[in-house]
Formats: sequence, C-alpha cells, structure tokens
Amino acid sequence: MDLVTLAPRATPDERAAVDVVLGAPVGRWDGGERADPEGGHVASGGHAARERRHLLLPVLHAIQERVGWISRPALEYACRRLSIPPADAYGVARFYGLFSTTLRPPIVAHVCDDIACRLAGAEDVCADLGRALGPAGEPALDGEATWLRSPCLGRCERAPAALFTVAGTLPETIAAAPVDAAGIVTRLERTAAGRRLVPAPTDTEPDEERLANVRRSVPQAGGPGLRILRRVGVTDPRSLDDYLATGGYRGLRRAMEIGREAVIAEVTASGLLGRGGAAFPTGRKWAAVAAQPGQPHYTVCNADESEPGTFKDRVLMEEDPYAIVEAMTIEGFATGSAHGFLYIRAEYPLSAARMAHALATARAAGYIGADILGSGVAFDIEIRRGAGAYVCGEETALFNSIEGKRGEPRNKPPFPVEVGLFGRPTAVNNIETLVNIPGIVADGGAAFAALGTQGSRGPKLFCISGSVPGPGVYEVEFGASLGDLIALAGGVTPGRALRAVLLGGAAGVFMGPDSLDLPLTFEATRAAGATLGSGVVMVFDQTADLVGTLRRVAAFFRDESCGQCVPCRVGTVRQEELLARLANGRPNGSVADELALLADLGLAMRDASICGLGQFASSAIESAVRAGLVAFAGHGEARA
Amino acid sequence: MGSDIALANAIGREIIAAGLENRGFIDRATSGFDAYREKVESYTLEYAERETGVPAARIRELAHAYATAPRAMICWTLGITEHHNGVDNVLALVSLALLTGHVGRYGSGLNPLRGQNNVQGGGDMGALPDRLPGFQHVEQDALRAPFDAEWGVAVPPKRGKHLSAMFEAMEHRELTALYVIGENPVQSEADQAKAIRLLSGLDHLVVQDIFLTRTAQLADVVLPAAAAWAETEGTVTNSERRVQRVRKALEPPGEARDDLAIIFELARRLGADWGEPSAKAVWDELRRLSPVHAGMSYARLESQGGLQWPCYDETHPGELFLHSRLWEDPVPGNRAPFVPVDHDPPVDRLDADFPIRLTTGRRLDSYNTGVQSGRYRSPLRRGESLDLSPEDVAGYRLTEGERVRVVSRRGAVETPVRTDPSLRPGLAFMTLHFQDDVATNLLTIDATDPKSGTAEFKATAIRIEKLVAARGG
Amino acid sequence: MSSEIAHIFSEPPARSTRIPGPPPVPAPAAVELTIDGRTVSVPAGATILDACRAESIHIPTLCFLENLTPVNACRVCVVEVAGARTLVPACSRPVEAGMTVQTASERVRHSRRLVLELLASSVDLSTAPGVADMLAEYGADPARFGPAAPPAQAGERDARQPGHHHVPDGAASATVAQPVKVDNELFVRDYAKCILCYKCVEACGVDAQNTFAIAVAGRGFDAHISTEYDTPLPASACVYCGNCIGVCPTGALMFRSEHEMRAAGTWDEAAQSRTDTICPYCGVGCTLTLHVQQGAIVKVTSPLDASITEGHLCVKGRFGFTFVGSGGDGG
Repeated sequence: MDLVTLAPRATPDERAAVDVVLGAPVGRWDGGERADPEGGHVASGGHAARERRHLLLPVLHAIQERVGWISRPALEYACRRLSIPPADAYGVARFYGLFSTTLRPPIVAHVCDDIACRLAGAEDVCADLGRALGPAGEPALDGEATWLRSPCLGRCERAPAALFTVAGTLPETIAAAPVDAAGIVTRLERTAAGRRLVPAPTDTEPDEERLANVRRSVPQAGGPGLRILRRVGVTDPRSLDDYLATGGYRGLRRAMEIGREAVIAEVTASGLLGRGGAAFPTGRKWAAVAAQPGQPHYTVCNADESEPGTFKDRVLMEEDPYAIVEAMTIEGFATGSAHGFLYIRAEYPLSAARMAHALATARAAGYIGADILGSGVAFDIEIRRGAGAYVCGEETALFNSIEGKRGEPRNKPPFPVEVGLFGRPTAVNNIETLVNIPGIVADGGAAFAALGTQGSRGPKLFCISGSVPGPGVYEVEFGASLGDLIALAGGVTPGRALRAVLLGGAAGVFMGPDSLDLPLTFEATRAAGATLGSGVVMVFDQTADLVGTLRRVAAFFRDESCGQCVPCRVGTVRQEELLARLANGRPNGSVADELALLADLGLAMRDASICGLGQFASSAIESAVRAGLVAFAGHGEARA
Repeated sequence: MGSDIALANAIGREIIAAGLENRGFIDRATSGFDAYREKVESYTLEYAERETGVPAARIRELAHAYATAPRAMICWTLGITEHHNGVDNVLALVSLALLTGHVGRYGSGLNPLRGQNNVQGGGDMGALPDRLPGFQHVEQDALRAPFDAEWGVAVPPKRGKHLSAMFEAMEHRELTALYVIGENPVQSEADQAKAIRLLSGLDHLVVQDIFLTRTAQLADVVLPAAAAWAETEGTVTNSERRVQRVRKALEPPGEARDDLAIIFELARRLGADWGEPSAKAVWDELRRLSPVHAGMSYARLESQGGLQWPCYDETHPGELFLHSRLWEDPVPGNRAPFVPVDHDPPVDRLDADFPIRLTTGRRLDSYNTGVQSGRYRSPLRRGESLDLSPEDVAGYRLTEGERVRVVSRRGAVETPVRTDPSLRPGLAFMTLHFQDDVATNLLTIDATDPKSGTAEFKATAIRIEKLVAARGG
Repeated sequence: MSSEIAHIFSEPPARSTRIPGPPPVPAPAAVELTIDGRTVSVPAGATILDACRAESIHIPTLCFLENLTPVNACRVCVVEVAGARTLVPACSRPVEAGMTVQTASERVRHSRRLVLELLASSVDLSTAPGVADMLAEYGADPARFGPAAPPAQAGERDARQPGHHHVPDGAASATVAQPVKVDNELFVRDYAKCILCYKCVEACGVDAQNTFAIAVAGRGFDAHISTEYDTPLPASACVYCGNCIGVCPTGALMFRSEHEMRAAGTWDEAAQSRTDTICPYCGVGCTLTLHVQQGAIVKVTSPLDASITEGHLCVKGRFGFTFVGSGGDGG
C-alpha cells in the first residue's frame, strides 16, 4: 500500500515499543532504514504486512504503555510496519478509552464512578481528587500524573475501585479496591517519586493474603457443593499440578477418547445455555461451527466482562485459569479449530497475568500446542487485550477488535458460526459458560442437566453488590430466588430497607422489593419481563440515589455507544438529556410528555439499533420508571 | 530504466524453464515459438537482475505468478512505448501473453492504457499516417475502394508521415506548411530547441486550438476552436475501445468555433461545399466506411452508454475483449506470431559527464503541458522539480528545494531539487507539466522508434550542476 | 519489421466466430417471499431493498448507495420481518425463502420517524436532498427534544476523547454543529451536516479510491470523520478525487465554489442545466455531468450508472474543468 506518512520520525522509545511486538523492520517499506538502496524498489512483504493488521491493538498498547500516549510519529511508524493507512489506525486508536492520542502524563489513576462504586461513594472520591489534584484529565504532580473517571472496573464487591497505569520501560497496570482519595493521591505521589506502584504485582503476594482477597470476593470459597467455584480459594491458580490433582484435564482426556461428535452430543445433552447474556444453547453453537465446511475455524473466548456490576469472569480467570484453558481446548477440538483467542478486557491485569501463566505452563506440559497429549490434535490460544470499550463485549465487535479495527458490531446475519473472526466460522463463548465444559464432558451431560430447572440447567454464578454485608460472586443451582441470593450475601445492609434490585447489569432491569420470590432462571425472568443478563444482582436500599443511578446508566450508554447507528448514537444522548431534565424538575412540557418521549426513544433504540448495546440502553431506565421506583415532578411541583 | 526487454525475456525464459508455458495454446494459436525460446535462452535471471536492478528472486516470483494465474493481464503506459525501441518492448510483452495464453480470454490480455481521452478515437478515425478510418490500411486497394466511392475522389494510395517523420521532413524542407489541431508540439516534443527552430522555419503554420499555446504563438494563422468535450457534439473512444458521446453543455467563448465547423468552412472556401456541419452525419458516414463501427448508431451509443468496437452491425453487442478467435479450434485467420526481440539500452548513454538517468512523466493532478490542467487550483500541485533518491541528494550535497542546473547533451534547465524515496540512486524524475517555468523537453532526446515514430522521452542522460558553485559564490 | 508479421499491420484481423464475453454464470435461484402481503420472487442474494425496488415499494435510504458496500448505519430503511426480535435493515439484509416483510407497519414507521427526528435534531439537514420530504412523510418533529445547544468551537468536537463526557443538564439538545472546515481550494467539509453515514470513508477506501485519507474517529456521539490527528487535508493522504463529495447524502462535503455561491446567495439549482459528456483528460472515459449555471460550469458529478467508474472520478475530472470559459493564453 502506498502510505502517506508525513510526521517526523518516531522517538527511539516509540520505535522500540513497536518493535518489541513486531520485531525489527526489514527495510524502508516497513518503516526501517533504507539500508539497501538498490533493493529500495522492492516492496517486500506487502501482503505479509497487511496480514498482520490484527496486531494493531497490541502495538498501540505497547506504545501507550511505553510512552503514556500515542503520538502521530509513533502511530505512523506502526502504520508503516503494518501497512495500515494512518487515518484508519487513528480511527482505531480514538475508539478505545484507554488509548490517548494527546499528550498524557505517564501515571494515571482511572477511578471508577459506575453504579456500584457510586453507591460506595465514588462521587465523593472524585470530588476529593478534584480538590487534591485538579480536574480529571489535567496534569498533576508536575505533569507526572493525572486521574480520569472510568466506567465499571469489575471490582464491585470491593467498591470503590481504581486502576493505576504507569507508562515506561517497565509499564504497570494494577487494580485496587477499595480505594479512597487520599490513598489514590499517595500512590500517585509515590509512583511519581520513582517508586513502583506496589512492591510487586499481587501475584507474588503471600498465599494467606491472596486467599484473604479471594474470600472477600468469593465468600463461599472452599465451601461444599460448589461446581463452578470448586477450585476457587482451594487450589493455587498458578499450579498446574494443583489443577491436575483436583480433576483437571479429565474433560479433555475423555473428549479425545469419545471424539468430537460425542463431545458436542454431551454438551447438547447438558442443556447448557450461554452465560454471557444471550442464553444461546452452547451445543447447538458448537455443532453449527463444526458443520461448517472449510478451514480455518476459530475459537474465541469472550472475557471482555464489562457489564457494570459484573466480576465473576474476573474471579474465574484469576482463580481457575486452567479450567478455561482446558475448556477452550475441548471447544477447539470439538469445533475443528486449531486457533483460539482469549479476549480479556484491559482493566483485568491480574486475569491476563494468570491466564498467560496458565497458557505457558499448559503449553510446556503438552496440554495445548501442536500435538496435544500425543493425540495429533493441534490447538493453541492467544491472549488479546481490550482497550477500554464496553461494546467489544458484543461478539462481532470483539472480532473487529481482535482484527485490529474499531470495535463496531457487525450486522447479523450472517452469524459468527458462519462468518466470524477473520470472516471464518467461529465459536465464541463466555468464561462462565466454558468453565462448565470440562465437568460436562468428564461426567456426561446428563449429570449437568439434572441440576437446575427445566429451562435452566446446571449451576449459575451471580455477582452480588450494593447494599449487602457480603458482596461477592455466589454460586447457586438454578432455581434459587432473588430473595435467596440476597440472603446468601447476608441480606440487605442491617438497618436499611430494600428499595430496588438491578438485575442483569446496566443493560438489565430494575426490580422492586416485591420481586424477592422471583426464581432467577432464564424462563422465570423472561416471563417477568426481566433478564439474568450477566448475572448481576445489585442491591439498592432506601438511601440510594436511584435517579442519579439512572442518569449514570444513561451516561454510561452514551459513553459506550460505538456511534455507528443513529438510534443508539443519538438516542443515548437524548435519553440522557431527557433524564437530566426530569431530574432537575425542568421537563419540556409535562412529565408525562417526557415519559412518553422516553418510551418512544426506547422503542426505536430497541427495534432499530444494530446491536444489543443500543437495543438494551433504555432497558434499566424504563423498567425503573415502569415499576414506579422513581418519580419525577414537573415545573414548580414537589418531587414525589 | 530502458531494460524492459531484459525483464520480459527473462520472465519468458523462466516460464519455459519451469515448464509453465501453455503448450496447447502455443501449438494451436501461435507461430514462431521455437525461435522465441532460442532467443530468450540467454536471458537468465542473473542477467536480468544485472540489467534491470530487480532481484532475480522477484523476477522468478513474478514469472511463476503470471504463468499460473487463472487470469492475468499486462497493462502498460508510455513507460513501455516512449523508447527508441518501444515497439520491441511491446512485442516482448505480447510474447509473454502468447506463452501463457493470457490473451483473448475474459479477464486476461494486453492492455495499453491510453493517456488521452480520445487518442484511441483519433486512431479509430484514421488519424494515423497509414490508415483510413477503422484501421484500414491505405495501401490496400480493396480497403481503399469504398472510400474512393463514398468521397468521389481517388484517395492517394500512399502512407503519410508520422510526427517524428514530419519534423525530419521539415529539416529537409520537404515539408514547409503545417496545420496543427489541438496539439502543442513546441512544448510536447522532445529536444524542444530543435522543435522550435523547425516550426519557426516553416513557410506557413496554421494552429487550431482552444488556447493561444506556445505553438499557436508561432503560427501564421490561428483558428480559435471550441473545447471538444463541453462545447461540441461528437464521440470519443476510450482505452477499452468504448465509443461514447460527448455533448455540448456550454457555448464556446468569443469567436471560437466547433472543429467541425472550422473544417467545413475551410472546405467551403476551398471550393467543396459539404453543407451544414453535423457530428452525427459525419459519424454515420464513418459507420458506412468502417466495418468495426458499423453497428454503432447514435441511438445505441446513447441508450447503452457507449459500445466497444468491433461492432459490425446493429445487432452486434460490441466486443468486451479482442483476440478471442485465438481460443477457437481451428483458429480463424492467421496464428499469432512470437516476435523475438533483444534488449537494447537507451540511446542517450550514461557516462562520466552525464551519469544520471532522467525519466519523465505525469503527476496525478496535472496533464501534459498543462494547457488544460494548469488552470484549476490543485492543492497537490507543487511545480516542477528534479526528483532524486535520498542517496543522490546526499551524494551531490544538495538540500531539499535547492535550485540546480540540469544538463543533458541537448540543453539545460534550472529547477529545484526534491527528495523522493521511491527512486533508486542514479534515477531522476521530472514532468512536462510546467514547461513555461521549466522546459523539461529541452533536455530530452529525439531518438525515435523507427516503427512507431515515438521519441525516447523516458530515458535521458543528465548531470546535475550546483548553481551556487557555478556562479562562483 | 520482419516481413513474416507484416500482414498483421496491413490486413484486418480475422473475426471471431463467437462474441466474446464473460464466462457464463448460472442464474441464481429464485426466492419467494411476501412483502406487504404480496408474493414476490427475486433472485437469491438480493436484499430486501432490491426486492422492494423491483416491486416499486418505496423504502427511504440515507446511508445506502448503489456503488458502495451497505453499512446499514442510518437505520432509516428498517422493515419488519416476521419472527425477528428487532427490525432489520432492508438495504443489507438478504432475502430468504418464505420471509414475510412489512415495510410500513406501525413499528417500522415509529423507528423511521425517531431516526429522522434524532438526525434532524442533531444535524443540519438543510442541504440534504429529499430529507425534508422524508420528515414530512413520517411526521417527524425534531423540536420534541427541545432547543439546540450552541455550536461547538472549531476542533472542539474532534478533540473529545472516548469515555466520560460532560454531563448535560438537558436544557438544550446536543448537536454536531461546528464551523465548516475550509482547508483547500477545491472542497469544504461542513461536518455540522454530517450524519456519519460512512459513505465518504468507503469511497475514499476500498469501494472506490483506495486512498484511505479519512476514517471514523472517536466514539458514540463524538464519532466523526477525520484524517489522522485531524490534520488538514493538504497535510493528509487526500488526492482530491472528490469521490467523497459524490457520495455525500447531505451536502456536508461540497465543492468550494458551490459553498461560496450558496453563501453569496447566487446558487440557483433551478436555473442549472445538466449535460452528460466524457472527461477531457485520460483514456479511462469517465462520464461527467456538467452542471451549468449562467453559461459557466459550477459543479461536476458523475452518474452512478455510468458503467466505467460507477460515478467515481479523479481530481482532474471533477475539478479540472476551469480551462473552459476561463480565457487565457495557453499552458
């Protein structure tokens, strides 16, 4: 491609960051030196370079982490290396919240102000930070550091949370929760003074400390009867031996014995439905991919857990990473795919580290690779990191992101089982879904199907947060009611009354206090006009600012809309403005007019948006209004 | 530069050596393969790498890709034809298509991309020294007879002169009067000083143009013309032989008249009254005389968005590609001959005095001598420059934008230097778009291909002189 | 010339006995579906829009254009397909046997109306052909969202980073209003009129020009068409083919001459003639439509159905017309 790159030369740091990912350039056509002028006419590897387009996000991460932002010279160097037009790559860089294309201090605190953290006082934290450091995004501490507001960081059980990123030759990304403003400022100051964020990543912390952290996130840890969570807090997630000693790789071994058709038959028989939110039968998905003629097929694991209030996949990746590796390997074997991608959101540094360790050790032991357990079957997994975009949790947006593009969802059909990653048949599953797989294959689908209810088989994880004494990830057999779940977490905070529950996340629905008997199954929630979504159960007591929460939900969707389709791009803006008017008691016309307009917007977004983000952007807000959980007053009226 | 035959013959040799030639096609549809094989035998990849600078491995890769592609096309522009051996360059490429059967089939073929909107149409209409309209050879009695009958005169059975031969004839005073329509040879001919001298020495020069070009400024009579594409009716033929209608959208300015009106008026004053000028009537006359255009009524041209010749009658759809007969068995008419040719470097040789090879061409936003394109405000336009490789810019101790003197064996111009990393050392580039500022054609050589009459614009030997040093500070 | 091939140059070549053409492709199977109660049969691979057009059923479109890959971003062409949870874009959804489509149901009309209201409340559609009629047809009332917010400063919208935005008070509704970008002599970019249909990006990219000078940058409501780092066009890869202007449905991209004539109040489309002719430059043979007002060419377009380049041109064909009618003394 005849690229036009006009910026001056990238700095040695910037070039080095890119070269770490891509290797050294060959010649001037890919951004290197014009060492061999006679050969300067040979555009070597044009095709080869373009086939590496999918490395754009890793390269942008490398620049961001090394320098703290992506300058035009750095971007253009990356473009030369990958044969990508600079405008195109700029469009990609500007899509993701964690990339900056303007100068940004090397040390950044990303402070979560999303729903659960808001309930835990995140707005106060932000206000304090504003006083201590100046407005969000402005350089502080002599230009060394800054702070930014962040959408949900997936640490709702220990809210409020923050994520620290430090750019440099030894970049760091560390999540912390709970945090307060003073603690954040101290960390930034210590880091700016040249010290590392913490003595070392939490992965080397003593077992007792690690286990204490696990028990705080998973109060049931080590308890009896757990299936999905059975290794959490029991085994060392960094030990393949521990994994093997607790039944690890029984599933893969049986899969190889019984063959791919039988594996798919077991998964189908289990009745397992996808846990990512869409509840599609996993067996049917696998069978469809396996039946696609031609190669390659791809296996993708969606670990872009970004639904506000959700943190179960993070816990599974941190505490049972080998189960995910084994499950993806079984899936690859069953669907005829040799290449898997594990797409983890960038806000989960420990998850990525644990998964990378598990992959490396599993590969060394022959559990993944060119010849798995001497069977001749080949399967390997590559980790890809998101870069701050909720919409990439939508499977086709996730494909685009892996391919090095803007995370814009694709129109469906065609569905991923036919046209998925790189345009090939692709099986994409969520982490929780996959963790069920080794057991299903090892013990048979029937055993799994025996658990739960008619329409909802097996065990299920829920992420409980908000006004409860014991927030965390909880496992129950399908059939437990909303009240059962809240009781598991210790009930509503003592002395407080239940006002509402947000079920399913920001894209879910608000339930009133009269819904405690609702069984949390696919069929019962569907019948109630609700959804399980990603398994979020967020508890609001009578002191919660529900209108403020709705405004945050509206703001979240406005922030996270990819901007592709009109109903979502503009509809989310209008929805947020409308809520602001209602909250401020300044409706256009009557409150009823505004609520009618809200319903009109909701219907159009639901009916005409390309993907689930727009389709469900009004869901929680409309449900709260419908259930009478919030009330608005018109001009001069008292608020009800 | 100027090593196209070395490259083409090496590709041919490699295809044969790898057994990738299309034997069935060669046996059925071509002649002279054995002589071709013998000719290319000495064109090894190593030899070609030496002559062309293209690595042997790349030539081999290209040969295999071309030979094994289901469909492949060779397209070229003036880089192939503007050489003293331009016809041989083309023949070398034709042989590759014959070798592989990549001709006469959908999606394959040989495609000289035309540089003007009606250079093909000019040829269609017989604006060639040896052709009547429809490419009918003027020296063939049977082809000439219908013209004699239609026009009521005996068409001279003798070919005329191509442009280069005309200038040669001017030099010998064999040609003393010239009628130039829509061409600016003062600025477009190679060896400009010589062109101006010869045009100035004519007894009579008539120029018909839409502008008072540098050539028109030398004329005894200037006939102001209308812009054919926007101020007149008619047709043009594009690069894929598609005849399309041009239409009048504007009135010509001042006294300017349609070319047709000028020629009709000229005829009337010379004693032949052709009546009212009508583009459609002229076109219908062509259809009566040129079999390949016979089926192209104005009505069909309008309704079908143009038609590609040959189009023999009004039921004929026109032909998407030529030479499909080569895939019939037996092949109707003559077989397609391989014509072996040898590499012959450019006439203007490089030596210690003139060590740099200059080639000329166009830039995207400009066009030829700039008569048309010089008038819109293109943000891409940056004026003339001598484009050099980074190595040469450094080697001659030049800086970006520095004005230098460019000297060839025929003339010299001054122009700023520009670095272009797409050039290799020893190769320079200039355009002919800004001849009023930098008369590039003062440098170029008028060595012409004896077969086509085209000058070797693409290969001039130059040297670069620093102006500061030349002026002695 | 060797005598053995002299005949090539003097004799007309033998004619083919068959008329050459592309290799035959089997005709696609017919697919039967129901649209608005009518049984319709169209070739497999056709879209719902194709089927509707074949039946003369009008479907409004904004981001669709025959010579570009559908991006189905505007959603004004949505229709209701029985069994589908959401409405589907007619412009890109292939027909399926037995499909039942409604093109004017209450749901369909509702979404189209809202899409038009959302666009009209956020974008200046004053030079978008046909949109006023669409707004009327669907009874769209963009004023429902309240008064428009003041325009952004130059560069302000381009600079917005993805992520948290300034929380609104709802008193005014956000728009994309901003100053027009005038950075070259040939055309202007008035992104206050941009509906983000992606057409210009497609025309600049693989659908026509393969120059890739522009892309969509930013996210959500802050998404915008941009060069790298919002650099002005003269410092970008732009080759000024103007194919982006040719596909722009709203007049956001406009000849500078038209922009200035409109500003001066001298632009008069009713007084303009349109004449198709062939470009005076290279040998490709692109069809030009010359828009002439008062004896002068004021704009050049190219018809989408011109077979050679399907409406796309280069810088010379689109802008290089000023040598007619300009006088002067030669190049």
